[in-house]
Amino acid sequence: MAKTYVSATINGESAEFLCETQQTLLDVLRDVIGLTGSKEGCGSGDCGACSVIVDDRLVCSCLMLGVEAEGKSITTIEGIANGDTLHPIQQKFLEYAALQCGFCTPGLIVATKALLDENPNPTETEARYWLAGNLCRCTGYDKVIRAVMDVAADMRGEKVA
Amino acid sequence: MNYIDFSLKVVGTRPIRPDGVDKVTGRAVFAADTRASGMLWGKILRSPHAHANIVSIDTTKAAALKGVFAVVTGQDFPEIASEEAFVGEGPMNFRDLSLNCMARTKVLYEGHALAAVAASTQEIADQALALIDVTYEVLPHVIDVEEAMAPGAPVLHADMFTAGVTPKPETASNISKVVTFKKGDIDAGFAEAEVIVEGRYTTQPVHQAYIEPHACLATYAPDGQVQIHSSSQGHFMIRAYVAKLLGMSISNIRVNPAEIGGGFGGKTLVYLEPVAVTLSKKSGRSVKMQMTREDVFRASGPTSGAAMTVKIGAKKDGTIVAAQQVLKFQAGAFAGSPIGPGCMCGFAMYDLPNVDVVGYDVVSNRPKVAAYRAPGAPITSFAVESLMDELAIKLGIDALTLREKNAAKNGTKTHYGPVHQNIGFTAVLDAVKAHPHWKSPLKEGHGRGLATGFWFNIGGESSAQVHVNEDGTVTAATGSPDIGGSRASIGMMVAEVLGVPATTVRTIVADTASIGFTFLTGGSRVTFATGMAATQAAEKVVEDLKRRAAQTWDIPVDAVEWKDGAAYPAGSNAGAFEPLDLAALALKAGRTGGPILAEVSINAQGAGPGFGAHICDVSVDKETGHVKIERYTAIQDVGKAIHPSYVEGQIQGGAAQGIGWALSEEYIYNSKGLMENAGFLDYRVPVASDMPMIEAVLVEVPNPRHPFGARGVGEVPIVPPMAAIANAIRSATGLRMPDLPMSPPKVRAALDAAG
Ligand code: FES
Ligand code: FES
Repeated sequence: MAKTYVSATINGESAEFLCETQQTLLDVLRDVIGLTGSKEGCGSGDCGACSVIVDDRLVCSCLMLGVEAEGKSITTIEGIANGDTLHPIQQKFLEYAALQCGFCTPGLIVATKALLDENPNPTETEARYWLAGNLCRCTGYDKVIRAVMDVAADMRGEKVA
Repeated sequence: MNYIDFSLKVVGTRPIRPDGVDKVTGRAVFAADTRASGMLWGKILRSPHAHANIVSIDTTKAAALKGVFAVVTGQDFPEIASEEAFVGEGPMNFRDLSLNCMARTKVLYEGHALAAVAASTQEIADQALALIDVTYEVLPHVIDVEEAMAPGAPVLHADMFTAGVTPKPETASNISKVVTFKKGDIDAGFAEAEVIVEGRYTTQPVHQAYIEPHACLATYAPDGQVQIHSSSQGHFMIRAYVAKLLGMSISNIRVNPAEIGGGFGGKTLVYLEPVAVTLSKKSGRSVKMQMTREDVFRASGPTSGAAMTVKIGAKKDGTIVAAQQVLKFQAGAFAGSPIGPGCMCGFAMYDLPNVDVVGYDVVSNRPKVAAYRAPGAPITSFAVESLMDELAIKLGIDALTLREKNAAKNGTKTHYGPVHQNIGFTAVLDAVKAHPHWKSPLKEGHGRGLATGFWFNIGGESSAQVHVNEDGTVTAATGSPDIGGSRASIGMMVAEVLGVPATTVRTIVADTASIGFTFLTGGSRVTFATGMAATQAAEKVVEDLKRRAAQTWDIPVDAVEWKDGAAYPAGSNAGAFEPLDLAALALKAGRTGGPILAEVSINAQGAGPGFGAHICDVSVDKETGHVKIERYTAIQDVGKAIHPSYVEGQIQGGAAQGIGWALSEEYIYNSKGLMENAGFLDYRVPVASDMPMIEAVLVEVPNPRHPFGARGVGEVPIVPPMAAIANAIRSATGLRMPDLPMSPPKVRAALDAAG
């Protein structure tokens, strides 16, 4: 079948690619473009390991088609840091040991970025519900949530006691 | 050397892990992220039936499809003789493992692999699978463990005659073996008892549910050399299994450990690798394979479900005089459930005079079980610790006091043989008593439960190298895949010995051709055993550095002392010399004997067993039957926490998995023996909004057999949660929930039945 030409912005840079109509955005990112930071944990929208931000919305890239990226701006885990300076969310995940195997981590960091973009001052409950679409089997979420609450405070310019 | 009483500078602190930046930026390379030039995609055809004979497989059409480079079936795999394997964690037989990777004449569960293809794209591979014609003769199936044991049940293996009973049975059955453990005189014990409690409990199989599906990339070169990149808990395990299952020599196989996205015991077997190598050999191209989430549920893991009875007899003062247990564990389609540890762990927390435990290992038409965190212990402990709660209620004794009264101590002889040494169970119970959670008044409508747990922890074979680089920085290499931060703890132990900051040491996981044999990451052994090897390697490096300093200064070696990362003359008699630090000694390496490195390979003994106790508060929604965890505290003897954050993380993660096991996770089968919930939507693992914070309390009773006093910590925390929650529900509602999971429909039904 003929491939479709798609033009989008990925991590701030213009990107062009050809993809099959049935290919998901996740497959395009991983197999066509070579950005393998987004992970496939389920392929059905249930684990959040493939989380990306598409025009300010948090999306499971396994549930979106590559062709739907036409004209859109996409942020993946590879676009979260600023060059070699880690984003404060990434730094905080490290300080809090909010990862063990690290497979869920790209998705959790992207989802946290989307959360704090929308709600810079979440309650713990709001953070837990926002991140409920991101499964982590290793940490029990404790250190993840602590890292999220602390980085939110930092980014607001407060210091958590 | 032993550093337990030293004042430590690195061990016990919380530095950022060496592989951390890669993991928060998406750079870390997991198995599915690997590629090779000219790579094909491999996919597996799986049985749609729970139990069937394979009458014929016709692969002609699939092989003829453009873009298909290889099709394989059971005929492409060598016949393997029945032989016990000691390669992974838990029992496995090489022949069974081969049949599990690729069925020959019979499929034994839905999802059982029976053919595979390699094609240029995933889509073509899927089309090719659809073109394979299989004729099945569907057989009656059996799913439930007790139904599988019943006379007249469909028999999975015509050659399975129950081991462990005399005389040997004359007819085949689904009971692979019976094991028994006895101590004292059980009848006399019960005769002496003033109070007797009994219960029957069931647990469902639950999946390890690592978020990363199994994946690998294999290349078979024309000279017979095989390269594998795979996600596993042991690349040496992969090498051993592939060699055995495909009749290859170990020297022809090199396995590179990709980052592993969780395992919890579920990645201590092979599923894809022998198939990928066979497809690569047949196609002449590299082959990449990855499971879908559905495949992961239907064809890998889970752990056993079980049916159990327990009976405990005690004196009125709470002294237990008799304890009896019958355990029936599902093994899945092939023999080998964790029935052994199941029989040992239930009563291991207690000092009991008379014990009788019988266990059955039972096959049925389910995926073969794999190890899952403290294999067997959570199941057996759910039963025992639930009944201990009933005993406490019946005696009118507080749950903690009952456990204190019967707690195992140093010198307690277990019912399975060994005598407990250097254990910290009473220290754990003391910490429960002192904890604000235990002392806090219960909120209106809440219930509180307590349960304890035990795991052996293991040592075993490990190799580690420590290199001092040309600039004085340090690389530590080991053969242990890092599943949850072990690079950090190993690097910290090396840094402590060398007297340098943790950041000076980079820890890596070396492939099978680059380091000595190392047993897999499992049994909570890495920080203990590989940590011990790395510590000894660092000590050898220090000895070498002292020798080089002595040579430079032309003084005897014993006049050199090593401290804070540098060689110093030991006292004024040794002479006045400027200290030589790692960088200075590295600079001179060429003139003092060449490169500076040491490798140590050991078989580590003396893994200290671990004990934990969990306190849980719940509320129960009477309308929906939903159980909410209101507060959770997990207390555990960890020996010595090398990196406390990752120790806490193990405890929190283990507790969370136990909470899922308790409340929501289960395999659901329909009447055809097909799994109905093979996805994260319907197989419900805990999500962030289900969970409270989990307070991890680290009790440190040093293990004298480890240089820093460490014990394994990863497995104990999954043992207590199910009973802790069941006991909390009992406290909140008065209802005993003996069947897992304690999901809303079951709790609601129990509430309704109680009126
Ligand atoms: S892979 Fe997209 S949600 Fe799981
Ligand atoms: S750190 Fe392993 S799944 Fe989250």
